Amino acid sequence: MARSIKKGPFIEKKLYKRILEANKAGQKPMIKTYSRCSTIIPEMVGFTLSVYNGKTWVPVYVTENLVGHKLGEFSPTRFYRGHARSDKKLKR
Amino acid sequence: MARIAGVDLPNKAIKISLTYIYGIGRTSAVKICKQIGIDPDMQINDVSADEMSELRRILDDEYKVEGRLRTETALNIKRLMDIGCYRGLRHRRGLPVRGQRTKTNARTRKGKKKTVAGKKK
Repeated sequence: MARSIKKGPFIEKKLYKRILEANKAGQKPMIKTYSRCSTIIPEMVGFTLSVYNGKTWVPVYVTENLVGHKLGEFSPTRFYRGHARSDKKLKR
Repeated sequence: MARIAGVDLPNKAIKISLTYIYGIGRTSAVKICKQIGIDPDMQINDVSADEMSELRRILDDEYKVEGRLRTETALNIKRLMDIGCYRGLRHRRGLPVRGQRTKTNARTRKGKKKTVAGKKK
């Protein structure tokens, strides 16, 4: 079920505060965050956020198209590099 | 046989016949019939020319069907792929998008089984 509109989009408070402060100061520093579940709001456009994927921080450049999505959607947590080749095949 | 929105409608009850159009299901088919004031169970061949043109008009103006609907869906998917979000990546890979398991099943998205040789123990 979708989130009720009454509550508004979810953004981690700390992150929200930092974004607002940076906006006020007119700077767009790289902000590191663990908060993958935060919604991308219009105020974030132009920022490069570093979103943690459990191992490293993935830089996400926020454009207008990304508004409404969650930060985690742009920082994949799993990497698939294809299946290992079997020993039999290697011998031949 | 009648042609509406570029699709040949078979001679069946209107409520069934209309569902041959991409984007029209049973619910909207019955709704359209009510809107014009014709019996949804009437055969297509018994529909008068006036009612036919009314059908065309409604499908044109009030519904998104066939090509237009297909383009819209394709664009939505393309948007997801372009912004590089998780759902877009799944579309690119041809894997299920909504969190289903892929260890088994998921054949609708993955297509026919590709057997890997020498996978026996």
